[in-house]
Amino acid sequence: MRYQVKEKLVSLGILAPSIMAIGVFVYGFIGRTIQVSLTDWNDIVSFMQGEFEFVGLENYFRLFNDTRFITGLWNNLFFMLFFILGALALGIMMAVFINDKPRGHFIFQNIYLFPMAVSFVVTGTVWRWIFAPGSPRSPRGINMLFFQLGRPELMWEWFTSTFSIGPFNIALVTIIIAAVWQFSGYTMAMWLAGLRGIPEQLIEAARIDGASKWQIFTRILFPMQKAITLSAVILLAHISLKAFDLVYVMTGSGPRNVTDIPAVYMYETTFRGNNYSRGAGISIILLMMVGILIIPYLVNTFREE
Amino acid sequence: MRRVVLAVMLSLALIVAGAAPALAQGGQVEIVNWWTAGGEEDALVALFEVFREQHPEFEPISSAVAGGAGTDAKAVMITRLVGGNPPDSFQVHGGAELFYSYVDPGFMQPVTDLLEEWGVMDDFNPEILDLVRGDDGEIYSVPLNIHRSNVLWTNQRILDEHGLEAPETIEEMFEVFEALEEAGVTPLALGDLNRWPTLHLFENLMLATMGPEDYNGLWDGSVSFDHEGVIEALEILDRALDYVNPDHAALDWQGAAELIVEDEAAFNVMGDWAEGYFRAVDWEPLEDYGWTTVPGTEGNFMVVTDTFGLPEGISNPEGAEAWLKTVASREGQDAFNPIKGSIPARVDPDVDRYSIYLQSSIDDFAVDTLTPSIAHGSAAPEGFVSELEDILNEFVADRDIDHTVNRIMTIAGDYLE
Repeated sequence: MRYQVKEKLVSLGILAPSIMAIGVFVYGFIGRTIQVSLTDWNDIVSFMQGEFEFVGLENYFRLFNDTRFITGLWNNLFFMLFFILGALALGIMMAVFINDKPRGHFIFQNIYLFPMAVSFVVTGTVWRWIFAPGSPRSPRGINMLFFQLGRPELMWEWFTSTFSIGPFNIALVTIIIAAVWQFSGYTMAMWLAGLRGIPEQLIEAARIDGASKWQIFTRILFPMQKAITLSAVILLAHISLKAFDLVYVMTGSGPRNVTDIPAVYMYETTFRGNNYSRGAGISIILLMMVGILIIPYLVNTFREE
Repeated sequence: MRRVVLAVMLSLALIVAGAAPALAQGGQVEIVNWWTAGGEEDALVALFEVFREQHPEFEPISSAVAGGAGTDAKAVMITRLVGGNPPDSFQVHGGAELFYSYVDPGFMQPVTDLLEEWGVMDDFNPEILDLVRGDDGEIYSVPLNIHRSNVLWTNQRILDEHGLEAPETIEEMFEVFEALEEAGVTPLALGDLNRWPTLHLFENLMLATMGPEDYNGLWDGSVSFDHEGVIEALEILDRALDYVNPDHAALDWQGAAELIVEDEAAFNVMGDWAEGYFRAVDWEPLEDYGWTTVPGTEGNFMVVTDTFGLPEGISNPEGAEAWLKTVASREGQDAFNPIKGSIPARVDPDVDRYSIYLQSSIDDFAVDTLTPSIAHGSAAPEGFVSELEDILNEFVADRDIDHTVNRIMTIAGDYLE
């Protein structure tokens, strides 16, 4: 057997089980989920006995008339938007700050990155304690801090507020803060890696030509980091669609679903309400949303390679 | 060629090694439950002690899934049963939940013959056995305990301080609420972070406005949800929500009980598992905390019962039967219930082992009319419960009674024939 052919067979042999496993457990189950979402499997008996009827897109029509689902979609959209903007802005600021190598930058660099090492379940619990409003008579969490500082007018309902501006529920701000806190260090790390690759001479030259720090940032650093920023946006966007654990632990779906996202609705309707086909429908809609984000990015990356 | 084969074998071996299930050991009996809070876990340990004494050849293993009311445990159980990996026995609420989720899909074996063989059939309260009896007349699980859910808990110190009494009618309730509000005390503690406490409150108000016959009629289809009592209950809920703590959406039921303990709120509508919490903080019954039925529900007993069943296809049937025998025994029930803060499903408890509250509950249970709880899975299928929770969750914010009644009618049509 020729060496090259043999080598190819070996690599195929090593990969084959993974390819099969992915084929079954990822793509097979996606197909199965699509199939379930087109049926009326809405209780455990018909689920077990396989008695179902195809109802076409009825589950999807129903979802788009469902106030909880629509509220959740809007919430997720606003969450994604502000989470990405916040994590990017804060992360880039921290990266630029660390890149100047101030005293003790090693310590700060690690402190900024630490939140990412903790799971959403842990941070969600802690942020729930922080933002628990208490009542005006006995405030809790951050409200208690304002109270003790003699600024009771700053006390607020936080994630229990049902106030909204258009479709934007103000209560989401608390979750956005928690998520930005957790993932801005991640953006910082990505940006920092990129910054370290920009030649020092380039910045030196700009400085000698009299460019201000802001000009160096907007004219040199930011354009050169475009690819990294885009990767960060894609990663943060898909994290925001999967923020189930943070929301579930921190606030639940909230009064009038002010902090609900489709992922939480999917879990509750599938595993509590036994509405398998409706849950499958939500999963497929989420998958398509992730697809809209990721596929153009992947196509672009492959083309460049 | 040998390298190719080796590569395939190695990677296959890795997959198999990762997926190989842990092999069950001979004498172990695996029991799935959701008792993880302080007093609950202690109660289970006490029951395990009795089991070890009665059946030393078996060793009980507790697979606990945390989460009040078992909402997450149910997801785990369905997954394991569908996947053909049942535990030897598991905790399940008697009533609709047992049948819609477990018996009708064919996961369960009847236990009627076992109960007759042990001669304990007549030792159980017959109305409780009705909650676990299928249409075929077979009994499908062994009731271990009974919780009452239509209890109005009171902070006795606050009531004494303001010279108030626990209300007996809805109108009295609002008079007391108003007096407390003026005195600067939160009248009613609610913690609906997990949604079901609102439904818990609502179902008690429904019982108060409809009475037990009409309320029970909702579940066999003889009474419709456009009954005036449903609308009236929503109106009362609407009024009552003006008297609850403003941060109710941030608290779970324990958080609401904590408001009572911290002297911040005077009343809490909760099942009698709340008493376990009061006792855990060393509160004295009748001095620090008191109780009465939810106004308008006197003579009724909203019942939540934890039972254990026998799944099909289990690895240790002898062990599971031995476990159920302990659950059905007087020793087992009297070891478990005083610690859990519930009353036994048997009619022959050793009354002296129970707290003052539980003794009053045992007395009421013997004479009251039983009604099944919606929030705790005894009355209606889970799809209905979860959608009703959604509807009430929006009602709490929007307070739109007509819209809410329409939506309840829609889901009643979808889930209850």
